[in-house]
Amino acid sequence: MSDLETFRRETRAWLEANCPPEMRRPMTSENDTYWGGRNAKFSSEPQRVWFERMRDKGWTVPDWPKEYGGGGLDRAEHKVLREEMTAMGARSPLSSFGIWMLGPALLKYGNEAQKKEHLPKIAAGLIRWCQGYSEPNAGSDLASLQTRAESDGDDYIINGQKIWTSYANYADWIFCLVRTDPTAKKHDGISFILFDMASKGVSTKPILLISGYSPFCETFFDNVRVPKSHVVGTVNRGWDVAKYLLQHERAMISGTGERGIGRPLGQVAADSLGSDDAGRLDDAMLRSQIAQFDIDEAAFAAVAERAIDLAKAGQSHPAFSSAMKYYGTELNKRRHEILMSAGGIDALEWESERSRGGARPRAWLRTKANSIEGGTSEVMLGIVAKRILDLPGA
Amino acid sequence: MPLVLTEEQSMLRDSARGLINDKAPVSHLRHLRDSKDETGFSRDLWKAFAEMGFSGLLVPENFGGSGLGYVEAGVVMEEIGRTLMPSPFLSTAVLATSALLRGGSEAQKSAHLPKIADGSLLAALAVDEGTKHRPLQTSLQALRAGNGFRLSGAKALVVDGHTADLLIVAGRTGGAPGERNGLTLFLVDPKAKGVAIERTVMVDAHNAARIAFDHVEVNADQVLGEVDQGFQLLDGLLNIGRGAVASEMVGLSEEVFGRTVTYLKERKQFGKLIGEFQALQHRAAELYVDIEITRAAVLKALQALDADLDQAGAAIAVAKARAGTTATRAVQEGVQMHGGMGMTDQFDIGFFMKRARVCQELFGDSNYHAEQLARMKSY
Repeated sequence: MSDLETFRRETRAWLEANCPPEMRRPMTSENDTYWGGRNAKFSSEPQRVWFERMRDKGWTVPDWPKEYGGGGLDRAEHKVLREEMTAMGARSPLSSFGIWMLGPALLKYGNEAQKKEHLPKIAAGLIRWCQGYSEPNAGSDLASLQTRAESDGDDYIINGQKIWTSYANYADWIFCLVRTDPTAKKHDGISFILFDMASKGVSTKPILLISGYSPFCETFFDNVRVPKSHVVGTVNRGWDVAKYLLQHERAMISGTGERGIGRPLGQVAADSLGSDDAGRLDDAMLRSQIAQFDIDEAAFAAVAERAIDLAKAGQSHPAFSSAMKYYGTELNKRRHEILMSAGGIDALEWESERSRGGARPRAWLRTKANSIEGGTSEVMLGIVAKRILDLPGA
Repeated sequence: MPLVLTEEQSMLRDSARGLINDKAPVSHLRHLRDSKDETGFSRDLWKAFAEMGFSGLLVPENFGGSGLGYVEAGVVMEEIGRTLMPSPFLSTAVLATSALLRGGSEAQKSAHLPKIADGSLLAALAVDEGTKHRPLQTSLQALRAGNGFRLSGAKALVVDGHTADLLIVAGRTGGAPGERNGLTLFLVDPKAKGVAIERTVMVDAHNAARIAFDHVEVNADQVLGEVDQGFQLLDGLLNIGRGAVASEMVGLSEEVFGRTVTYLKERKQFGKLIGEFQALQHRAAELYVDIEITRAAVLKALQALDADLDQAGAAIAVAKARAGTTATRAVQEGVQMHGGMGMTDQFDIGFFMKRARVCQELFGDSNYHAEQLARMKSY
C-alpha cells in the first residue's frame, strides 16, 4: 500500500472518529459558519468540538507549515483530506479571510517576525481579519485608492475611508492598502499594512444590502497610528502583495472549494415540483436548464481540479484565477436563479420560520454580489483578454 | 490522477502534431475535397501513422501495438482536430480496436488486431439508423438462421464505411426498439452478399456512408460479445467514441480560437486594431474560459474511461455536451469575428464550422447528453 493510501485510510478513520454527526450535515444558516476571533462564540457544542479537534491537528490550515500552526500536508495529502471531508460532508471547521487571503500573502511576502506573529493566530482562530481594499471612489479601479499613510517617526498616520469591508464590524485586525507615496504613479505608491481594528481612530458602519443583511461595512480611519514594522513586503510595492492576494480572493469567491455540496439541484426541484410517470421533473424547461447547469458545474469542478494540478506542475498562468472567478461566480448566480425557480412561490417568503428567515431568497440576492466583489466579471474578462490572450490596448 | 498530461503524453502530442502539421494541414483536406478523392483520405499518410505507432495505439503489445490508453487516443484526436485531417483513426484505431479488445474472442482479436496495428485493416462501426443518434432505437433485424444470423436493415453516418475492410454492426436479435436487451454486435465483411454501401459526401468533406443490409448472412463466430447482451458493450464503445470526438472538438475549438485571436491582433478598423475593442475582448475572453473548462472536462472523462469504462458515463456525457457547445460557439465566433472573410470558401475557417457540426451529431449532440445526465441523476 502506498504512503498516500495509508494516509487516506488513517485520515478517513480519524475523521470518522472525530467529526460530530451534526457537523456532517449541510449548513443551513450563517450561524453554521465559525469565523473565530476575539469575540467569537460557538453556536453549538459540536461546532466547538469539531473546531478544536481540527485546530489541534493543524487542519484548519492543513497545507501550512507546522511551525506556523498548520498541518504540514503536501499537495497530494491535502487533496486526500479535502476529498475525504467532502465524501463525509464534513463542514469546514473555521472560515476566515486570514486563511483564504492574508495567510497565503504573508507566507509569500511577510518577514519571519510577521509570519510568527500572525499565522499561528489565524490557524487557531484567535484573530478575525478583514480586508481594506475598496474605497468609495476606487471600485474596479482599485489602484486609484486615496487612503493615505503619512510618515511620523517609526509610525504611519493613516487617514481615509474604505468601503465594502466584509464583516469589518466583527473583525479584530485589518489588512489594508494605503497610499504611502502620493507623488508616484498610481500603482507604485501603495503599501500593504496590517493593524488592529481596536486602534484609536478606526470606526465602522454596516451597509444594508438587498438581501436584508449587512455583511459589508464602511470603514473610517481618523489619524490611526500604525508602526511601520506592520508593512508587509516593501514600502510602495504593496500592489504586488495586493495582486497576489487577489488571486486567492478570486479563487475563494469562485467557490471552487464548495462545489457539489448540498442536495443536487434536480432533487431539490423534484421535491417541490414533483415528477411525471417516467420520473422526469414536472417542468421540462426547468429540467433542461438544470441539466445544462449540471454539465457546466461538473466541467467547472474539473477545471478547478486541473488549475491546482497545473499549478503543481508549474504550468499555470498567474491570471487564470480571473478566468475561474468569472465563470465560478456566473455559475453560482445561475444556481441560485434555478433554486428560486424550483422553489416557486415558497421561495418568495422573506420572514417566517418555515422559510428559515427567507434563507433561499436572501442567499439568491447575496450571490448577485459575487460577480462584483473581488473584481467584476467585466474586469475579469478584461484581465483574461489582456494578460492571457495578449490583446492590444491598455 | 492529476488533470495534466504526463511527460510521455506530451511527447506523444508533439510527435503527432509534428506529423500532422507537416503532412496534413487544412489544405490537405481542401485538396481531397476539391479533387473529389475516392477514398477521402491519404493511404500513404495512414501508413506513416501506422509506422509511428498511432494506428495501433490502443492495440496491446502482444498483438503488435503500443498498448496505450484513452487519454493518449484523445491526445492524437485533439491534434487531428487542429487541422481536420481525415483519417481512419477514429473508426479503426479507436472504435474498432476497442470493440475487439472488449468484446472479441481470442480468434477475433488475433485475426484483426495485428492488421489494425500495422495499418493494413480498416474498420467501421455502424450504429445510427434514424435522424438523430439513438442507439437504443436500433431496429436492424438480425434473425437466427441456421448456424448464424441474417441481417436486414440500414445504417447511416457510418464513419469511413465506404473504405472499411470490416464492419461492426449493431443489430436486434431480440426485444423491440428502445429496449436494452436484444442488441447484438456483429463483425461483417463489407463484401458479403446483400451489403450495399453508398458513400455519403458530407458537409465536412470527411468520410461517411449509408449501408443497406439485405438478408446478409453471418456465422455465429462473427458475433462480437454475447448475443442479446450487446448493449453494454456498445454503450462502452460509444462512450469511447464520444471521448475521442470530444477531444477532436477541443483541438478544433482551440485552433479556431487561436486563429481568431491572431486576427484580432492584426485587423484594423476605424484606425484601431479590432482587438482593442472591449466588446470583442470580452467575447474572446469568454470563449477562452469556455475552452479551458471544456478541456478539463474532456481530460477528466478520458481518465475516467481509462480508470473504469463502466463508471465513466456521467463524465463522458459532461465532456461531449460541453465540447459540442464550446465548439459550436468557437466556430460561430470565429466566423463572425473574421467578418466577411470568414464567410469565404477561400478562408479555412468554414472547414472548422462544418466539421464542428458533424462532431456535434456524432454519437449524440449536446442535448442528447444533457438528457442522459438528467436521467443518470434521476430527475
